[in-house]
Amino acid sequence: MGFAKIRERALAEWEALELSGKPRILVGAATCGRSAGALDVLQTFNAELTKHSLDATVIQVGCLGMCYIEPIVEIAKPDRPRVFYSGVNADIAVQLIEDYLLNDNPRPDLALGMLGEGSLDGVPQLFDLPVLKPQVRVALRNCGFIDPENINHYIARGGYSGLEQALQMTPEQVIEEVKRSGLRGRGGAGFPTGTKWEFCRRAGGTPKYLICNADEGDPGAFMDRSVLEGDPHAVLEGMLIGAHAIGASEGYIYCRAEYPLALERLDIALRQMEEHGLLGDNILGSDLSFHIKVKEGAGAFVCGEETALMASIEGKRGMPRPRPPFPAQSGLWGKPTNINNVETWADISAILQQGGDWYAGYGTEKSKGTKTFALAGKVNRTGLIEVPMGIPLRQIIYDIGGGIVRDKAFKAVQTGGPSGGCLSADLLDISVDYESLTAAGSIVGSGGMIVLDEDSCVVDVARYFLDFTQKESCGKCVPCRVGTKQMLDILKRITQGQGEPDDIDLLLRLGQTVNQGSLCALGGTAPNPVLTTIRYFRNEYEAHINEKRCPALVCKELIAFYILPDKCKACMICQRNCPVDAIKGGKKLIHVIDQTKCVKCNTCYEMCPERFSAVVKVSGETIEVPDEPIPLGEKE
Amino acid sequence: MREQLAEVLDPYKGERGAVIPILQKVQEKLGYLPEEAVKEIARFLRTSEGDIYGIATFYAQFRFTRPGEHLLKVCMGTACYVRGGELILDAVQRELDVAPGGTTSDLKFSLEWVACFGCCALSPVMVVDNTVYSRMTPSKAKQILDSYR
Repeated sequence: MGFAKIRERALAEWEALELSGKPRILVGAATCGRSAGALDVLQTFNAELTKHSLDATVIQVGCLGMCYIEPIVEIAKPDRPRVFYSGVNADIAVQLIEDYLLNDNPRPDLALGMLGEGSLDGVPQLFDLPVLKPQVRVALRNCGFIDPENINHYIARGGYSGLEQALQMTPEQVIEEVKRSGLRGRGGAGFPTGTKWEFCRRAGGTPKYLICNADEGDPGAFMDRSVLEGDPHAVLEGMLIGAHAIGASEGYIYCRAEYPLALERLDIALRQMEEHGLLGDNILGSDLSFHIKVKEGAGAFVCGEETALMASIEGKRGMPRPRPPFPAQSGLWGKPTNINNVETWADISAILQQGGDWYAGYGTEKSKGTKTFALAGKVNRTGLIEVPMGIPLRQIIYDIGGGIVRDKAFKAVQTGGPSGGCLSADLLDISVDYESLTAAGSIVGSGGMIVLDEDSCVVDVARYFLDFTQKESCGKCVPCRVGTKQMLDILKRITQGQGEPDDIDLLLRLGQTVNQGSLCALGGTAPNPVLTTIRYFRNEYEAHINEKRCPALVCKELIAFYILPDKCKACMICQRNCPVDAIKGGKKLIHVIDQTKCVKCNTCYEMCPERFSAVVKVSGETIEVPDEPIPLGEKE
Repeated sequence: MREQLAEVLDPYKGERGAVIPILQKVQEKLGYLPEEAVKEIARFLRTSEGDIYGIATFYAQFRFTRPGEHLLKVCMGTACYVRGGELILDAVQRELDVAPGGTTSDLKFSLEWVACFGCCALSPVMVVDNTVYSRMTPSKAKQILDSYR
């Protein structure tokens, strides 16, 4: 069937949905939505609709990115603006059916935002919300608005028109368009995509392979997961366009096994593509023949590195190899291979749909376009965002992110996952682009952005990252395998109060060795968290080493909890909840923590009622308290 | 064992690079990779058991001992860590008296730590079998474990 007919049918279905005269209820039920209770909400809506004999269409959609207030629900009634609700639970679902569906009261008090004509008592337009206003959603364009398991929704919103366009161009013209867009690899390396495609196009050998890197190994990153769960076709269309441009006939999607919903959605999407003649031989009646297989990762961070990934697909240990030869000349099974990240592929389909110049209209001179970021840590509005490159970091953290939780002091933002670094407060006005972040010692990376506040210990964070990279090191290169272990041991000593005066210099020297002596980016970038934290927070290292003090009160061996005798009211809450029975005391007897038993779990600190605030956490000092519980009101 | 695994292995006959998907499917079926299964896979792929172990032990996903009834995974990714993930892992270890990689003596729970589930905005996260629990605290962890016991 020609594409025109496919599109016609898709549009008809989409329109029928809008003009059906039936209300539509869209529930954000990606993995994060589900962990917040979205499936419960879905079930409740369905049950209530049946109970009231109401006819409505209920659709599971992907993630709008506002994870901090999930589950999110959209209700679209005929002849009404679309209304979005946040933090929906079963109880609210019941209310919404009764109040809005049955009694036409849209409950503005529960609404988050709206789309469309009309107005609603103080409810802002959805995209005017401070969290959404600065965003430009390209890779995320459909997430949260379409049923990811219905290819017709994707097509109705312009899907596969990019492929249609590309098939009318020569491969060289397609590559030119991608070059014009200025797109750089979104997986982290930021290599110009058009140029990379050109290398592979020019390489000799058949068959040529395409790979979609969906391993997303960076802890703290979930952009690719959201795209695959919420709009898998955006990625698949990109791969088809790439196949035409490069001359590839087979594709692999290497997706981490920890993403079962994404894998499920990919399977469904691939099947639907086959049914519509969009996959297989002679796609849409053209000369393009392309097949895609999905391979699951098996829990190795290093397999996000392209040569290790290819080794894994070939059924070997995921150990990187030297380049040259680059995958473009010799990749999978020695054949020319082009590998791109999920987000890059999703951007490609948009670029061929709307034009390279359109994409290049966003961003800076050297970093064009938009980038997704997974904003997590100590910000109020954690979630998935997409912004034009060049946006000031401050805008991301304060305007979009809503600032620091509980108004605590900002300390640093960690970007780029274990390969990146920590940027301190005086870098808040930095432009978020490839060059600027690299100059500051960090990287854009895959887009992970973790905000740390005054209660985060940067030495501990550096230790955490080294712990991760050391475990994940494949072991091939001595500097990485042994160097990361040595750096980790030093950091452990420092956080345990056994730091020595030469440790900082030793870490810097070791870091240089590991960086220069490693074959792949895992080892090459492993020292970055340590190097940047030493660069911007040397005083914290010095406090740990010279004063045996953790300024942020995190490092267990350097902190102690005490119950202040003049504040304790003997309410026994802490004693009852202490998991290791380390608190002595009783009714009307001041509680005392047995320092030999305390495991520093924070429970008493968190559970002591705020009006008493009797538990204190200190580092580098001791507090005088009675050894045994004394009666309330008595002073020793 | 051969008959047990036949339906898993046969579709992969002649396929290149099939060892990892095969290991994954066998583990899905048996819950882990017992010695006899590895023997059978090696025979099917016409390679040595050493070769198979060399590949399987590289990847964190594969288990070589019987797992518990419930598979518990605590996320130790950056975002979860920064919001107290280690406290959750500590609490679970204390509650169940088991170390990561192990199984409780009553075979009820297996514990693993995972680098990241991609639910970073709802950290800290813990997954039991297929259910994702978000915004965890040590006391919530205890409650959830009790509900499975």
